[in-house]
Amino acid sequence: MLMAREFDTAMLRLYRQGKAFGGVYSQLGNEAVSVGSAYALDTAQDVLFPMHRNIGSHFVFGQDLDQLMVNHLAREGSQMRGTDGTGHYADPARRIYGNVSHLGAMIPVAAGFSLADQLRGVTTVSLTFIGDGGAQVGEVHEALNFAAVHKIPLILIIENNQYAYSTPNSLEFACERLSDRAIGYGMYGTTIDGTDVELVYATCKEAVERARRGEGPSLIETKTMRMRGHAEHDDFSYVPKELLEEWSAKDPVETYITRIVNDGVMTADEITALREATLANMIAAIDRALERPWPAAEEGFKNVFMSV
Amino acid sequence: MQMTYLEAIADAMRHEMRRDERVFMIGEDIGAYGGAFKVTKGFLDEFGSKRIIDAPISEAAIIGSAIGASLNGMRPIVEMQFMDFITNGFNQVVTVAGTTAYRWGLPVPMVVRGPSGGGVGGNPFHSRNAEAWFAHATGIKVVCPAFPDDAKGLMIASIRDNDPVVFFEHKGLYRKIKGEVPEGEHIVPLGQARVVRTGTHCSVIAYGSAVHMALAAADALASEGIELEVVDIRTLVPFDEETVFQSVRKTGRVLVAHEAVLTAGFGGEIAARIADTAFRYLDAPVRRIAAFDSPTPFAPSLEQAVLPNAEKIQTAVRELCSF
Repeated sequence: MLMAREFDTAMLRLYRQGKAFGGVYSQLGNEAVSVGSAYALDTAQDVLFPMHRNIGSHFVFGQDLDQLMVNHLAREGSQMRGTDGTGHYADPARRIYGNVSHLGAMIPVAAGFSLADQLRGVTTVSLTFIGDGGAQVGEVHEALNFAAVHKIPLILIIENNQYAYSTPNSLEFACERLSDRAIGYGMYGTTIDGTDVELVYATCKEAVERARRGEGPSLIETKTMRMRGHAEHDDFSYVPKELLEEWSAKDPVETYITRIVNDGVMTADEITALREATLANMIAAIDRALERPWPAAEEGFKNVFMSV
Repeated sequence: MQMTYLEAIADAMRHEMRRDERVFMIGEDIGAYGGAFKVTKGFLDEFGSKRIIDAPISEAAIIGSAIGASLNGMRPIVEMQFMDFITNGFNQVVTVAGTTAYRWGLPVPMVVRGPSGGGVGGNPFHSRNAEAWFAHATGIKVVCPAFPDDAKGLMIASIRDNDPVVFFEHKGLYRKIKGEVPEGEHIVPLGQARVVRTGTHCSVIAYGSAVHMALAAADALASEGIELEVVDIRTLVPFDEETVFQSVRKTGRVLVAHEAVLTAGFGGEIAARIADTAFRYLDAPVRRIAAFDSPTPFAPSLEQAVLPNAEKIQTAVRELCSF
């Protein structure tokens, strides 16, 4: 959780220094969803198809901080050779397959990854994400219906963070809960508070267990608030201040810290120290990435095909 | 062994499915029904429902799940009931499959195949020749066989290829064209054009159904003393420039022909490359014969009028030869 949070702090700092390249997409307010859901999987067997705001899930799947930053900032050594940046990379060894900017496009792909193992008689749960805006893309519907028909072990989390870029929920869909759609697909669906990491974990754990029993996909809507703009260039002045204040009282990281301090798991001082160390690690990793050169220009001419 | 174009495609897929457990098929009505054109007739009985998957009418989910299965070590063959419907899965082919090697260095060994082309009264939605879209998209191999032996050999090569392949079968050739097809393993590598008729006066560079139009034109023109050379490029991506240039250097006159519409068709690319590289061998301008820039109309009178044919090729060749 702290890594997810401080990743954003560090990236925001970089953006303000004018050193960030491309969009900086904050997960502020959404950390519990990325982290809690990924912890419900078996990282050795299952597979992660994260969306652009799910950096917390990359850490749960064991991504190396330096590699992540190099990928993100598209420096020499990136797993994408500079052809793309942010969290779009794939790391098959860590079972992470990033997204494309066309949201929803990777959901049938995630379903197909699990389908391949289903044909081999193995259950591999695919965890993937979409937003309250992306959930309106046709491919999402096709993928969910397909997964339900073929009982594919797919978990789709709809991160309802209230805004799709500048468009509010009221202009994206007319149903009360996005998980109500699950009934129409013939799959399990639920809507939960996405600021509670333990609730997200427990809900996803049940979805994983259902999938392993051969009961097919699950649709989980998590209610959160996007506490920053679509990306950092966006001042999100279209979001009412009161709404941000209301949700800031439910900050997933702060409420979880309060809970574990109250439960005596860690002391407030230990948390503060861990937090400072985590941020320092993030900044150091960014600095190391920025010391690397851009990838060699000739990389742009390579690998359009695996073989010609 | 004598086979139709359709039988040759089925033979190739059956051969690869017997040989490699990673190969499976997904599409609409391909199981018990055997496919709208019966290409997969008998496949369900032989390979079972795990490897012959009937999917809902969801081209994006079908192609997308095939991409996901490819990332997980499988080699899927996707049937589009008609290639026109690939528009519903276009994003998956172009955005996801076509960028994966470049971005991730990972193979997507998927073949998306199905019937394309007009001339059979299919209407604007069952007749399209969409190959140029994919040639322009980057990262996608594009195959357009004209003969049964090539259909088999190119299909086997496509299934074994580590890049996404869009494989355009011409539905008008399915049962019309029969030929000798090698039994068992027969591979035609992608990216090799084939001179299907040698001649000295003019070259026709074509693919798919237009190859047959060109051959018919060549027969007719032979009686007038014009010897046509016909080059079947067989694959648009990769494109075998060298075989085309060799023919141009030999004849000095070139007609490029395809059934797809003219504007921004692959013929324009062929003509441009000839102009770039072989200009000094040309004795006449490069001409193109293609469909009129419209959707493919339904009524036979309209359809036959807008599509290219052997007579249109003959007329264009006569003009080129008298230039």
